[in-house]
Formats: sequence, structure tokens, C-alpha cells
Amino acid sequence: MAAPTQPTLDPAAREVLERVPGRRPFRRGPVSGVWRPRNVLVLVASFVVLVLAVALNVGRGEFPIGIPDVLATLFGGGDPSQQFIILELRLPRSLTGLLVGGALAVSGAIMQSIARNPLASPDIIGITWGASAAAVTLIVLGGAGLVGALAAVGLPIAALIGGLVAAIVIYGLAWRKGIQGFRLVLVGIGINAMLVAVVNWLLIVAQVYEAARATVWINGSLNARGWEHVVPVGIALLVLVPAALVLSFVMGALQYGDDTARGLGVRVDRSRSLLLLVAVVLAAVATASAGPIAFVALVSPQIAQRLVGSSRPPVGASLVIGAALTVLADLIARTAFGGVELPVGVVTAVLGAPYLLYLLVRQGREARA
Amino acid sequence: MTPNAETALAEDTQALVGSDGTRVRLRAEGVRLGYGERVVVDDLDLDVLQGTVTAVIGPNGCGKSTLLRALGRLLKPSRGHVLLDGRKIDEMPTKQVATVLGLLPQAPTAPEGLTVGDLVARGRHPHQAWYRQWSGDDEDAVAEALAWTGISDLAERPVDELSGGQRQRAWISMALAQGTDLLLLDEPTTFLDLAHQVEVLELVERLHEERGRTVVMVLHDLNLAARYADRLVAMKAGRIVAQGPPAEVITEPLLREVFGLEARVIPDPVAGTPLVVPVGTR
Repeated sequence: MAAPTQPTLDPAAREVLERVPGRRPFRRGPVSGVWRPRNVLVLVASFVVLVLAVALNVGRGEFPIGIPDVLATLFGGGDPSQQFIILELRLPRSLTGLLVGGALAVSGAIMQSIARNPLASPDIIGITWGASAAAVTLIVLGGAGLVGALAAVGLPIAALIGGLVAAIVIYGLAWRKGIQGFRLVLVGIGINAMLVAVVNWLLIVAQVYEAARATVWINGSLNARGWEHVVPVGIALLVLVPAALVLSFVMGALQYGDDTARGLGVRVDRSRSLLLLVAVVLAAVATASAGPIAFVALVSPQIAQRLVGSSRPPVGASLVIGAALTVLADLIARTAFGGVELPVGVVTAVLGAPYLLYLLVRQGREARA
Repeated sequence: MTPNAETALAEDTQALVGSDGTRVRLRAEGVRLGYGERVVVDDLDLDVLQGTVTAVIGPNGCGKSTLLRALGRLLKPSRGHVLLDGRKIDEMPTKQVATVLGLLPQAPTAPEGLTVGDLVARGRHPHQAWYRQWSGDDEDAVAEALAWTGISDLAERPVDELSGGQRQRAWISMALAQGTDLLLLDEPTTFLDLAHQVEVLELVERLHEERGRTVVMVLHDLNLAARYADRLVAMKAGRIVAQGPPAEVITEPLLREVFGLEARVIPDPVAGTPLVVPVGTR
């Protein structure tokens, strides 16, 4: 290796001075990075929004509970009846929403980065619908027998396989000596349409009871979610988010295109496959828990990127913003229409669709320019 | 130890030496290159010597960029080998190669909204890990690379707001921050006006003279190639037709053979290197 350049400053000055404008160092022992206050600010602010959204969502219902009481109960206080209502009945729903939203957002952040195209989100290019098609197949074929442990274990596994198969097919069809974002998007949209058709066909041939059950699920619902829905997504996030944070170092280099990344010593195909695997598993596990909640994976990373002002979707901020968005959408779905509770996916679709239109128009303009 | 194993070991540890005794940094050995079924370059040999600036010239589609991609391990030869300091380049860990050999692809693209400082800092990637992304050494190298290419005051500007010439300087700065003594540049002057072409090539010349970098670049402009390179490699249809100092390579018969161009060659009034003046066909 080449000899390190001679330090021109004494070590103390070297640690505090910002010698490259805009890249203030942060160094502790072997760990180093760039100190970006705006990232931290966005993380903290969106975390506060998330906590408030959860508290509001948990407080609303047949027995309204004020935010102070909710927060007190969440942190160990409250009276037994409040504890029961909050911890047993209402919290799992909000937690499922939080975790599912976070998982979808991280999945979206990874895929948008890899493809360098915001439209390459798991909910646009057919990953979540691949998971859905497999899960609906299981619901329809399983019929009344699909209860308890079989449903708890079978649905996530079916969704996972469905998501992975969809991803492999899309990746394989889009691969031409490398991956280009727009081709991935076009192939993905085609596959997505096919999968939606498959699901619709399954709903038509299914028995009424199964069809109804599947319909609620494919709209993306957080209704009647218990701890058994929290645990799988929780575990997936616990394992995969650290992996995504570690891999985001390589993701930064992949942004420059394959040749530049290879020149920088990145094993491009291996890194991209690993990242894609993480993204697909996150999207599939989230879909298994709450159905294909639309647009969270598309919108959250884009909001995070704009707030942070970075050149690609940040993983951490996307996670928190996706979680907050989903819980807020659930709050609207539960309370905005009087006695009628909508599936959360209907709300996210109404909120997210205009943004999709905006992206399509903008990309169409860029393609013509 | 058998004699065979001994020679193998010697080959592995000793640097290759060219015919005039200079160290060979990169060697292509009977390489066949192509995309799918299509063969672009066949049975090609080339030595890149330590401390030289080599320009690869030739008509469009002659395989010069393909050759450069193979030298930079972006394209694996279907036959033959590329050796870096005597070792097969595709058997070396790619991250290790990236500390010795830097490359600038043709028309590279930066992510939207990226700042110049972040772009140049990306050159440190091979020296970093996920938990070590901005060490003191990284900062030294980046600050120096920015200053050396004269773009320190642009560090916080987004790359897409720069002019073509500034942008190319930023990319070269990134390659410089990588700290490799071998640099491969694929048409570093495309899309630039003449003034900026000269500016970029003077930067390359300074890299070579002041920083001792060995450079291989693909260039379109014969006159600029003759002025700024000390070795030319002329290619046609995937083969090397001539190589050597510019004055030996740029000749009227060669221009006719390689480019199908009728031209006069006169001494460049500024640098004394060969200057091509096309005659044209009418």
C-alpha cells in the first residue's frame, strides 16, 4: 500500500478543523465519519413525531385515553385497566404499523438507491405483490384450515417466497450486463400488473369467506393486529436494519454506476445482490404482517432524502419517517370517517398516489429532455 | 522445491521488466476481449511501463476503450491475462487493486445533488470500512486532492451545477484522492471545448511530472495525444498497429493505414511534437 500522506497539522488540530468544507469530521477511536447535524436533526424530529403519533393512535378508541396517560403507561405507569387496554388491545396494532412502515421504508430506500430511480420501490415493481400473490394463494387454498400456528408461520413464509421469486424474475429479466434503473422499473411494473391479475383471479375463484378475508388483507390492514404480528417484523428489523446500515457504506459507492464502483474496489454484483436480498426480505415480511400497504416504500425514502438534503435516500431517517407515516395513516383510517374504519392501505394509497403521478410526469419530462 | 515451483514463485514476487529495463506495471498477455459472442480485441499484447503517459489512439470501434476496460479489470478477457505488477489482476482482491490502480470511466455520472467534496471523498472508498468513513488520512488526501486540482472553493457546490471542465477536474481529483500511482482515463476530454481539453490534459501532465503517476488514457484528438503522451499506441480493428514515441507513431503512412486519412504531418510549432494536418478528399 502507498505510504500515508504526512500530516501537516498537529494531531489535536487535525481532529477539530473542517479542512474539507462541508465535511466536518467525527472521530472516536477507530470509528470515523462525517458529522452532519441536519441528519441528526431530521432523525430526532421524526422520532418525536413517531412517538406522538403512536400515543395519539393508542389513545383514540371507544375508551379515549389522553396522551399523558398513554405515555405514562407506555413507560411503565398507568392503572391496570389502562394497562390492559393500551398494552394488550391497542399497542400491538400501532407497533405493527410502526414496524411494517419502517421495514417498507428501508426496503424502498435500498431499492431506490440501487436502481438510482425512486420508482424502483418494492410496492411499484411487484415485490410486495409477489408476496401478496403467494399469501393470497395460501389463504384461498388453505380455506378454513388456515388458522393459528399455520397462519402465523405459513403466511410469512409464503410471502417471503413470493417476494423473492418476484425479485429474482424481475432482476433476471432486467439484467443486461448490469442493472439499469429504468429497465428494472419497466419490467417491474409489468410483473406487478401480472401479479395483480393473478390475485384478482384467485379472489374470483375463491370461496366467499376466503375471498373476503383475502380482500381485507390485500388492501393493507392493521385491524386486529396482536403481538403475534409484531414479533416477526420486529425480529426481521432487528437483524436487517443493522445489515442495511452496514451495507449502506457500499450503497454509497454503487450510486456512481457500475464501472466507477468497480474501480473503487466494490464487488458490484455481490454487493447489489446482498442489498436486494435485504430489501426483498424486509418488504415480504412487512407484507406478510399487514398486507401490501401501498406507497409507504415509495414516499418515505423520498421525504427523508429531501429533509436530509442528501444525494440518496438515507436508511436511518427513512426508517423513522416510514414508521411515523404508517402510524399517522392508520390514525386517519381509524378516526377520520366516524364509525367506519378504513384499511390503512386505502389512506396511504390516497396520500401516495399524487406523489406517484408527480414522479411519472417528472421522469417523462426528463426522458424527453 | 521443484524448479517449476521456483520459477512460479519468482514470477509472483519479482516485478516484470520491459526490454529497456523499465518496470512493467500493467501487461496484457494475448488477451481476447469482447461482449458476448462478438470479439472486439484478439490476441493483443501490451506493456505499460512505470512512469510513462500512454495514449491509446485509433478510429471509433477499434477496441481502445475495450482494452482500457480490460486493463482496469472492468472486463475479463475470455483468453489471455492482464497482469498488474506481475500478478494476474482478476485473481487479486479487487479492493487491493483499487489501492494501486485508479480509473475514470468515460462520461462518469455523479448522483444528483452530490457535492464536489463528497464526490472527491468517495475516492477514499478502498481505504475505508463501514465504521471508518472519514479518517484523518482520508481528510488529508481529499483536502490535498481538492487543492491540487484547484477546486477547494467548489467543495460545497453540487457537481451538477459545475461547468464541464470543472466537473472533469472534480473527477480527476477523486481519482487523485484514491492515492493510486496508476491511472486509467477513458476519454477524459470528451464533451469539453478545446480550452478545457488542454486544461484537463495539462492536469494529467502535472500528475505525471509532479506526482509520478503512470497514466494510460484513451484519446480522440491525435494532436493533443502527440503533445501530452510520451508513448502512443495506435489500434485498428482490435489490433495494435504501431506503438512508441509520438514522432515514430504519427506518420503519414500510418494515418492512411489506421484512419484512412490523407494528411500531412508537420512539427507542432509550440511543442515540436507531430501535428496532423488533414488533406481531405477533395
